[in-house]
Order: sequence, then structure tokens, then C-alpha cells
Amino acid sequence: MAFKKSAVPFNGTAEQEARLNKVIEEHKNDPGALMPILQKAQDIYGYLPIEVQTMIAEAMDIPLEKVYGVVTFYAQFSINPKGQYKISVCLGTACYVKGSGDIFNKLQEKLGIGSGEITPDGKFSLDACRCIGACGLAPVLTVNEDVYGRLTVDDVDKILEKYA
Amino acid sequence: MVNIKINGVDYSVADGSTILEAARAAGIKIPTLCYLKDINAIGACRICVVEVKGARTPVAACVYPVNEGMEIFTNTPKIIESRKTTLELILSNHKKECLSCVRSGSCELQELCYEYGVDETNFVGENPAVEMDESAAHMVRDNSKCILCRRCVAACAVTQGIGVIGANERGFATQIASPFDMDLADTACVSCGQCITACPTGALREKDDTDKVRDAIADPDKIVVVQAAPAVRASLGEAFGMPIGTNVEGKMIAAMRRLGFDKVFDTNFSADLTIMEEATEFLNRVQNGGKLPLITSCSPGWIRYCENYFPEFLDNLSTCKSPQQMFGAVVKTYYAEKLGKDPKDIISVSVMPCTAKKYEIRRDDQSAAGVPDVDITITTRELSRMIKQAGIMFEDLPDEKCDSPLGSGTGAAVIFGATGGVMEAALRTAVWKLTGENSDSPVEFKDVRGVEGIKEAEYDVAGKKVRVAVASGLANAKALLRKVQSGEASYDFIEIMGCPGGCVNGGGQIIQPASVRNFVDIRAERAKVLYGIDEKNPLRRSHENPDVQALYKEYFGEPNSHKAHEVLHTSYQAKKLYK
Repeated sequence: MAFKKSAVPFNGTAEQEARLNKVIEEHKNDPGALMPILQKAQDIYGYLPIEVQTMIAEAMDIPLEKVYGVVTFYAQFSINPKGQYKISVCLGTACYVKGSGDIFNKLQEKLGIGSGEITPDGKFSLDACRCIGACGLAPVLTVNEDVYGRLTVDDVDKILEKYA
Repeated sequence: MVNIKINGVDYSVADGSTILEAARAAGIKIPTLCYLKDINAIGACRICVVEVKGARTPVAACVYPVNEGMEIFTNTPKIIESRKTTLELILSNHKKECLSCVRSGSCELQELCYEYGVDETNFVGENPAVEMDESAAHMVRDNSKCILCRRCVAACAVTQGIGVIGANERGFATQIASPFDMDLADTACVSCGQCITACPTGALREKDDTDKVRDAIADPDKIVVVQAAPAVRASLGEAFGMPIGTNVEGKMIAAMRRLGFDKVFDTNFSADLTIMEEATEFLNRVQNGGKLPLITSCSPGWIRYCENYFPEFLDNLSTCKSPQQMFGAVVKTYYAEKLGKDPKDIISVSVMPCTAKKYEIRRDDQSAAGVPDVDITITTRELSRMIKQAGIMFEDLPDEKCDSPLGSGTGAAVIFGATGGVMEAALRTAVWKLTGENSDSPVEFKDVRGVEGIKEAEYDVAGKKVRVAVASGLANAKALLRKVQSGEASYDFIEIMGCPGGCVNGGGQIIQPASVRNFVDIRAERAKVLYGIDEKNPLRRSHENPDVQALYKEYFGEPNSHKAHEVLHTSYQAKKLYK
């Protein structure tokens, strides 16, 4: 999967950097320190762009690739920021057999972004998720805290309009 | 020692051996794919599985230690079936381009499929579309042939301490690539090619420049001269079925002549020239309070590494061009004048054990005559392919000698190809000079020989202590330089080679499969060839080379002269890790 850098610029603050450095200092010499550092870095910044991964690699004196390999292995880490509206489409079994895959594809097409990416204006981000416990409403998607169920592909435009 | 049974036969094997090692000692070869001794014991590929009595499932022989009374079965129907399935699964996601693949015949996957009779597969892999990475000067990555063994990752991160490649993503999406899918050319890759020689398949290969060489030879308006590095003659024979450690110097020269090169010369000549310049530079720095330790500059992988990772040592680097570049520079200046030719009409080709040379010829400040010192460089492997394609029966060739005058070399030159060789060659001349040009001064400096990653020695030369160190492989170089940085160690002169064991184990040499590399030290076997040639040469100090002496007399004046600096020296620049 070729990496596509998000068009949303990195806006880290000095305060965030100081917090990150403190975290790295605390964990640096622990065995397996990279995971907790990455988790806390994601708490601080909300995501793990190249700028943050580079800071971690340099402070830990490890190759950037080592950081990137771990970040891309675990679904919990995000390389792109989340949008003002986080769209999450359930691709769990029940939703999937009810056609959530088509809805997901339609969203990718409408927004011009892939899974895990963000629109250049920072408004929408798109993710696939697994079961959110609303199988009775399948297929389901969420936009931030709003839940939309029993969807068809044609509903996608209406939902997006609400947040335009 | 522990007592074990393998396939019902009793053996006594060394404590702490793995099943793989114990079986090998008992004369049984267990197949491997991901395992590479010392750097990649991850038990991931499952080809080496064997049955152990009492164990619930088959175990990975490459990582499973033997213990007293263990009963091992390496060849049961269950094991054969398991290995076949593993091969089928690998093949299901593999681009089967075996007919023309550059590794056909030396591919470890192909050999196993042949041994186990695996051809077709019932599994349908995802076969994700992958883009080839052809960005770097020296190599191509084609992940459609990658089996995710991670041997290249280990070669880069462990052997070389660099780590610009790794496994990204997971599942079918897993790809060995650089962070953020950067082009390799945009990373701090030093072009050493150790990943290529670690690769069991054709996923990694050098950029093939043999067409350029053929075109040059076919051009009637060009004079095509070729140089071959010392280490090439210690490996080339392996491509023609000769044992590792066969000296094919004479046949190599004969083959190059039959390929149609107008002049066949030897990098040994410019290795001697390098010593003239570098030993002089060293003595100048010692006598005039210059920057010490002086660090050698023959290895372009090391140079790039220094520029990337240790820019504070750039002033310590010898300003000498590498022997390849010195040779090219002499060809395009002195030799062109001698022939009365425009340097533009001379094509300078080199055969190198090295992939980083493909990067080096494009570096700045490597064009003494305003045109590139070296136009085309091919690896030992590429030369072997050219010889085969030309139908030259290598084994039957007579031993021939190089052309004059750039074809001569002393024993000091040929040992450049082994770790410690440049240091020893420099010491031969430097000590001779420091002891009042005494011909009884020592010739052999055995403390700096051998395959250890870091070697140190101290010599008393005319009442002065000279402390030297030698490192090969960049992880070792890093360890050594950190010691120098911290003040823990202090030296006058350091030799660093990018590849472990030096050029004999360069990234451009004939590829030996892991089944050989895991049990034979190819570095030591090839180095023996070079020390053998050195011992037989009546001239063993670089300054004794009569053609080099003539070159100074006719052209450069003396070592480190103004003219020598213009033609034979270069400069370095600190570089960013990532673009």
C-alpha cells in the first residue's frame, strides 16, 4: 500500500514536543519502549505523522523504518490526522453482508480519499471499523457520535450534505 | 556435548547447537530460507521444520536448541508434506518469472521447489500489484518476488547498522520497503548491496549495466579500457562452478580481453597509487599536526555512511579518491595524453565487487578531465553474465597478463580487497619511509588481518608509536567511531570498509546461498586468495611498482603534488538522512 502524505500540514506545538520528549525520556531505556512511546505520542498529537515519527526515531537512536514498521503494523496507530468529521464505516460481518462495502467504496469515491486518510480541507476522515454492536441496524456508519443505520448507497450523499 | 538421535542414528553434538547446526555436523542438510547465521534467526519461514519426539508440533530447526536425549526426524512424510505446503504458499504470492529471472540457477526458492517437486500451487495468493523501486543508482527492488524472509532487513539493520528498509503494513499488504514508502534513493541507503547478496530470490538485484558496456565495445570510435578490482579475481570463479577461494586472475584477464575491451588493466595499479598518496597524506598529517586519526576513503559505502551518520569525521577522511576513481582519473588524463586522445573518446569501465561503485561514479568531484573518471561500472556478477552470454568457456581459458602500463600491481595492492589490506599496504610504505627507506623494514602486519569486525594494533615505528584500527561492516564502523567520539579509544590511522570482511564480501560479488554462507566463512576463503597472490609477488610494497614510479616521474612529480591533488583527490559533503 503506497503511502500518501495527507495534505493537512503538521501543526505540532512546542508544548506538545516537550511532552513527547518527557515521555521518551521516561521510557527510553525500557525493553520494548517503542509501543508505549507511540501510544502516548498519539495521545499527544492525535496521530503519528512523519514529523513525530522522526522525532521519536532520533530521540531513541533507532532507524525511522523501525518506527514506521510498527506504526503500520498496528491498526491502533494512525499516520493521518482525523477530520473535523470522523466517518467510520462498519465492515464487520453483519454490515458487510448487508452491503457496507459498497457504502464504503462510495464514500471513498465521493471524498476522494482512501481508508485512513483525510480530505485536504481537513473536514472529513474515513476509516473502516469492525462491529459497533448495532448489527440490528446493519449496515451502519458513524460520523463522530452520530449513528446512521439501515443504509443504502444512495443515502451517502444526504449524509455528507448534513456536514457540508 | 549432548547425545541426540537424528533419524534413528546416534550423534554426540556440541552443547547449545541448534538442530540445524547439529544436523549439519552430522552430514544432514536441513533446508532453510529465512535463516542467515548471526543476523536473522527468526524461525519465520517454516521450511526448516523437523519432528522432535514428544513435541506437539514440528519445530523450526534453525532456532530450536538440542538437548540431551533428543530424538529428531528430518525427513518424515509429515515433514516433507509440510515443506511442500510452505513452498506452495510462498509460490502463491510469487511472480514466477523464473525462465529469465537474474537469479535463475542461484535462487534458493527455485532450488527448493525443484528438490521438493513443487511447481503449481492450489492456493491463490493476493499477488498485490507492487511498484518496482528503481530509484537508487545501484539496485532494483521487485517485491513481487519477495518472500518476506527479512534477510535483507537484517543485513541492513544488523550487519550494517543502517536500517533503511523494513517490513511495512501487515498481512498480504506487508512489503519490505523504506519508511513512508520513500524511494530508496531518498533514504540514507549507502548502496553497499549487502541486502542483494542476502536475498534468496530475485527480489533484489544490482542495476544491470552490461548493455552499456557492450554498446561501448561495439562503438568503433571509442577506446574502451577496463580495470578489475583485486577482490573480483577471488570470487569470479564461483560463477563457473569453481570452489570458493579459487584465484582466477589470469582467466579473468583473458576473459575481459575476449569480451573485446581494447585495454585490460588492473585496479591494483591504482591501489598502489592510492598508497603513494594516502601514506604520504598520513605522514604529512602526523608530522605537521594535521587532523588525526586519518580514515581511509576507498569504500564508497563507507564514505556515504560517514556523510550521512558521522559528518563530524569528514575532515578525518583521506582526501584520496578510491582506487577505482584514481584509475579512471589517470586513464582520462595521463593515459589519454600518452595516447594523444581526447578523454571524451575513451570509455573507462570498471569491474567491481561492489554495488556502491555505481553510486560513486556519479558523485561530484570525480571528473579529473572534465568528463567522468569512470563511465560504466559493473559488478563481478555482471561480468560473469557477460562472459557466459558471450559463450566464453571460462574454465578453458589460458592465464593471461594485463596490458601495460596500467596493469601492474604489487602484493600490497592486491590485499586491498580484504579487510585490513589497505592498512597493511599503507603501513608497508609508511614504515619503510619512517625508518629511513630501509628495505629491511617489515612487510607483513598480521595483526590487522582476519575477519574480525574490529581490529586494533600498535606499532613502534622509529621510536614513534602508531596506533591503528580496522573496521569492516558499518555496524562495526559505528561501534569503533563511537569509541573514538567518546575518547574511550584513540588512533592515528583507521581503515574502514563498508562490507564485513572488506571487498571480498562486497555486495557485487558472486552470490553464495545461505546453505553455504551459514557454514563456510566466504570472507576468509576469498581473502586467502589475495594474501596468496601477495606472498608470491616479488614486489610487496606499493612504492616499488615501476609503472607507478614512472607515472610520478612523467606526470605527477611527487605524491600529494598540486597536480596529484587535482587529479587524484576529492571532497565530501555532510548529507541529510532523509530527503
